[in-house]
Amino acid sequence: MLSNNFSKEHELYLRAVKRRKAAIIIVQILILIIFFVQWELTAKYKIVDPFLVSQPSRMIKFMGKLYNEGMLFRHIWVTCYETVIGFLLGTIVGTLIAIILWWSDFICKVLDPYLVVLNALPKIALGPILIFWVGNGKTAIILIALTISLIVTIISVLTGFKEVDEDKIKLLKTFGASKSQILRYVVFPSSIPTMISALKINVGLSYVGVIVGEFLVAKEGLGFLIVFGGQVAQLDMVMLSIIILSIAAYLMYEAVAILEKKFTVWKS
Amino acid sequence: MSKLIIENLSMIYHTIEAETKAIDNLSLEVLEGEFLSIIGPSGCGKSTLLSVIAGLFPPSSGRVILDNMEITKPCNKVGYMLQRDHLFEWRNIFSNITLGLEIQGKCNNESILNIESMLEKYGLSSFKNYYPHQLSGGMRQRVALIRTLAIDPDILLLDEPFAALDYQTKLAVSEEVYKIIKQEGKTALMVTHDISEAIALSDRVAVLSKRPARLKNIYDIKLSVENRTPLKSREAPEFRHYFNAIWKELDIHVE
Ligand SMILES: Nc1ncnc2c1ncn2[C@@H]1O[C@H](COP(=O)(O)OP(=O)(O)OP(=O)(O)O)[C@@H](O)[C@H]1O
Ligand SMILES: [Mg+2]
Repeated sequence: MLSNNFSKEHELYLRAVKRRKAAIIIVQILILIIFFVQWELTAKYKIVDPFLVSQPSRMIKFMGKLYNEGMLFRHIWVTCYETVIGFLLGTIVGTLIAIILWWSDFICKVLDPYLVVLNALPKIALGPILIFWVGNGKTAIILIALTISLIVTIISVLTGFKEVDEDKIKLLKTFGASKSQILRYVVFPSSIPTMISALKINVGLSYVGVIVGEFLVAKEGLGFLIVFGGQVAQLDMVMLSIIILSIAAYLMYEAVAILEKKFTVWKS
Repeated sequence: MSKLIIENLSMIYHTIEAETKAIDNLSLEVLEGEFLSIIGPSGCGKSTLLSVIAGLFPPSSGRVILDNMEITKPCNKVGYMLQRDHLFEWRNIFSNITLGLEIQGKCNNESILNIESMLEKYGLSSFKNYYPHQLSGGMRQRVALIRTLAIDPDILLLDEPFAALDYQTKLAVSEEVYKIIKQEGKTALMVTHDISEAIALSDRVAVLSKRPARLKNIYDIKLSVENRTPLKSREAPEFRHYFNAIWKELDIHVE
């Protein structure tokens, strides 16, 4: 429905919108540059103590060292791998449980208080138990990430399922739809926006789970670098890991956002 | 010939707080090919009646018989059009229309061709790849009708099909819907609040009492117009008399 023959006024308007967008991006980038430059300079002239806050150039040097040892991508990979697996498991298992609870109102009512308690419980507290059960290692870390995102997923997906317009379900029933058809044709597709916002929250939660898990047990990964760096007073290592972690989390969030666009084409 | 027979139908809703009698011993016959409207005060049990006819839930007592068969569950001889169009936003127009067929596992070449020809006939074929939000309210309502017709029902249940439209659109869309129903040769049972709409479209108008719904009276609408359509009907001299009679019968007081 777009036409290319815009009036002069409309072209001016479009140009103004574009200019504003560019201005926002430029300022965002400027903030980053200024932040790192002042960090570098204040550390260099000892206004702040580089031993306590590190320094961008030292971080880059450290990154180079890690890279030469072949460990840089190893650590990043381990953390991202654990997060993605924990995230996917949390989402899939959570959605499956939500489907069961939607299917049987009885089970849903029975389990309701337990869900409330589990939701309120800080899942990190289960960390030591999980480690005790499955041993020190990746499995324990993934399980911790999973438990953290699981309950939230169940609750938000189930809420999405229950918010589906009763009349839409009635419409399907008039066609003689079975319960699984109702799930497939209306409940599931109309909850996709809710599920995607659950995914967005889960990205953050899974990273929390993985990092805590790595604090507790790991021998590799970004969380491990952070704890280890702290113990040996290597703030370069800590700061670098945190920055890489932020970038990784941002990229994963963007991936979910792309997924969202793909699943909601009908909106545009 | 009777198409649909409603026999001594009663319906009671049970909730923790209360027991609500929605329909009380209602009997009604709908003839083959006729357009019957049901009009009644708000909340008297009209939608409940249609849901029972559609087989969505069983009545407390009484029976609904369609073509000599008692209705106990949804059956594809009945097409139910709800008050709002309920098009699925995530499906385009064409796959919204095939929804019923997909559920009944009847999406074959023949039914697709039938849909294509209906879209063509009713001026929607250039919109079949659009999404619902790109269509006007009137078009959406036509799509909803075609979705209902796609499963080829014998009888159409229409629950206030035009209530969500503004007045002008309502006149235009009811004109079209009427023509479509007549062209496809369907029997129709429509619930409405709108007295003029009921008279304009119907062969007969049934007036229900306040809740619990009981049949108060049935009017045979005989209008002296040729080639009757809803808009022409509104110009008939008898229109006003029917309007007054039904208005009195409804006995609505502003409290
Ligand atoms: N699922 C239900 N459970 C309990 N009571 C119900 C239920 N559905 C409807 N009712 C009650 O039954 C009565 C009739 O409802 P119904 O929807 O059939 O009326 P209606 O004539 O279609 O009303 P309206 O004109 O507002 O569309 C109302 O008093 C309503 O509160
Ligand atoms: Mg109603």
